[in-house]
Amino acid sequence: MSASNEQPAKKGRRKFELDPALAAYKGVWVFIEHERGQVHSVSWELLGEGRKLANQLGVELAGVVMGAPGPETRRFCEEAYKYGADLCYLVEDPVLANYRNEPFTKGLTDLVNKFQPEILLLGATTLGRDLAGSVATTLKTGLTADCTELAIDPENRSLAATRPTFGGSLLCTIVTLNYRPQMATVRPRVMAMPERDDNRSGRIVEAPLGMIETDIITKVLEYIPDNLSDKPQLPFADIIVAGGRGMKNPDNFALLWDLAKVLGAEVGATRPVVQAGWVEAERQVGQSGKTVRPKLYIAAGISGAIQHRVGMEGSDVIIAINNDPNAPIFDFATYGIVGNAMTILPALTEAFRQHIATARKAG
Amino acid sequence: MHIVVCIKQVPDSAQIRVHPVTNTIMRQGVPAIVNPYDLFSLEEALRLKDRFGGRVTVLCMGPPMAEAALRKCLAYGADEAVLVTDRAFAGSDTLATSYALASAIRQIQKDMAVDLVFAGKQTIDGDTAQVGPGIAKRLDMGLLTYVSKIEALDLEAREITVHRRAEGGVQVLKTKTPCLITMLEGVNEMRFATMPNMFRAARYPLKQWDKDAAGIEDVAKIGLKGSPTIVSKVFAPQPKAKRADMIETESGEPRDIAITLLTKLFTQHPKLEKEIDKQAA
Repeated sequence: MSASNEQPAKKGRRKFELDPALAAYKGVWVFIEHERGQVHSVSWELLGEGRKLANQLGVELAGVVMGAPGPETRRFCEEAYKYGADLCYLVEDPVLANYRNEPFTKGLTDLVNKFQPEILLLGATTLGRDLAGSVATTLKTGLTADCTELAIDPENRSLAATRPTFGGSLLCTIVTLNYRPQMATVRPRVMAMPERDDNRSGRIVEAPLGMIETDIITKVLEYIPDNLSDKPQLPFADIIVAGGRGMKNPDNFALLWDLAKVLGAEVGATRPVVQAGWVEAERQVGQSGKTVRPKLYIAAGISGAIQHRVGMEGSDVIIAINNDPNAPIFDFATYGIVGNAMTILPALTEAFRQHIATARKAG
Repeated sequence: MHIVVCIKQVPDSAQIRVHPVTNTIMRQGVPAIVNPYDLFSLEEALRLKDRFGGRVTVLCMGPPMAEAALRKCLAYGADEAVLVTDRAFAGSDTLATSYALASAIRQIQKDMAVDLVFAGKQTIDGDTAQVGPGIAKRLDMGLLTYVSKIEALDLEAREITVHRRAEGGVQVLKTKTPCLITMLEGVNEMRFATMPNMFRAARYPLKQWDKDAAGIEDVAKIGLKGSPTIVSKVFAPQPKAKRADMIETESGEPRDIAITLLTKLFTQHPKLEKEIDKQAA
């Protein structure tokens, strides 16, 4: 959605009768994204969230699995049941072996037109965003990106999708009233991972793709996997030490690295710090960076703007250090320290170091 | 070769402030800039023009003041600029925006066939990443998002090969032109505006297209009417029920603060203590 439309609509528009043809759309779907034989964890997170929505609506939760024919693709369906799906729509075809926009857009669009879900959720990944934008345009329906909260409006059964707006300064709730399906994307790690239940099972509904390789203009020439060791992995880090503009200059970031080293942690940063070039973009935490859910998040010199907050408030414990006692970060941190990060960080590093040394001796 | 680059004028989000009492956006004094992600696409388009020759047209939908963003792009080296501006577009969401821009691109095509369309990966105000894919779909063009490198372009064979960022690696994709490309951030650096280009940009007779000039056939597909999504509420997040447990000591010495914090942290979160000892081991 464009910023220009982000003003609340008139109250009167909310009372409405859903077009009878659209009322036939039933069920919550989650697109199961996979690459190189592995399902992206965001798909399981979405099944967890989709389960809640489906229960509230009293409808079924379905996974959508598209891929090359074979046991692997079917295994993804089995996995989906364990994370909450009641059934899976399965499109198997050799042309779906690698993600490409054309065949995946056709496959998903055809499924929607045939089986008519009321809600369709996708991960806000490079794949999910590429696909969601194309599918929503083909279906001429509404799509809300990067939601941080999904709920059902009890009044009209519509999906109320909340996301940050104005560059993350405020939140807005977006509804798609007279269009189906209601589509939304959610970034990895925004929703909690659901409990896996190995006793759950479900059924498969198969559908053909109806496309052959010569129909597809785009060819995958090669796939170069990332060398994971040389890239920071913030979304899955257990401990993160992050700094904001309050760190004053790039040299002071060394204090964060010192603490991170002692804790075996990753270093994160806010958007202004990344824009100023103090650290690489891969380390940006927030709406336009990574969403993280570590067990411990230490925020130094970070005021706690919404843009940053939505990327890290899922952390189990947040320690905030800021010299401004009124900084918004103290409204949602677990522990707060009002003071100079440049003197407190070295003291923390030393205290953790001593604690670990003592534990090691004892252990 | 003819390249169209879609850009948006956005408020510099780093300078947006929310009024502490009314929770409304304070727009006054916030400078408007070219969406930073669009500049990576514009620079890539200019580099292709440097190699292959041809024309780069920048296209923007927005209020009349967005003219400044287009002139900035001309100063960087774009050849032509079109501003699609009409009150009828107000309130457009991504679906309506992609309809309007696709329709304007069809008009631009009438003057000179388009080989490539570029758009930013996303904007910094809406952050949706939906308009690029939407335009491609409406123009029935191939879509290459999150491109980190243009490996090869063969104008005669009408083929392009790119590196596309995927979640766990890079896809090398080959497709036919015309197609729509969104560039990944940080893959190039915007050139400096040259003096002659700056003079030209200032004097350039910018094209301002209303909905008719932009070739809009169905007014029900633009503006609020053409937008399936409706913003039902804008609000500031609720503070958590409990404010942070503020760590204070009599001395105020960093060392005492650190020790007080660790004692509290490990007493209240014993699992975390184990985790840290394990991680550090």
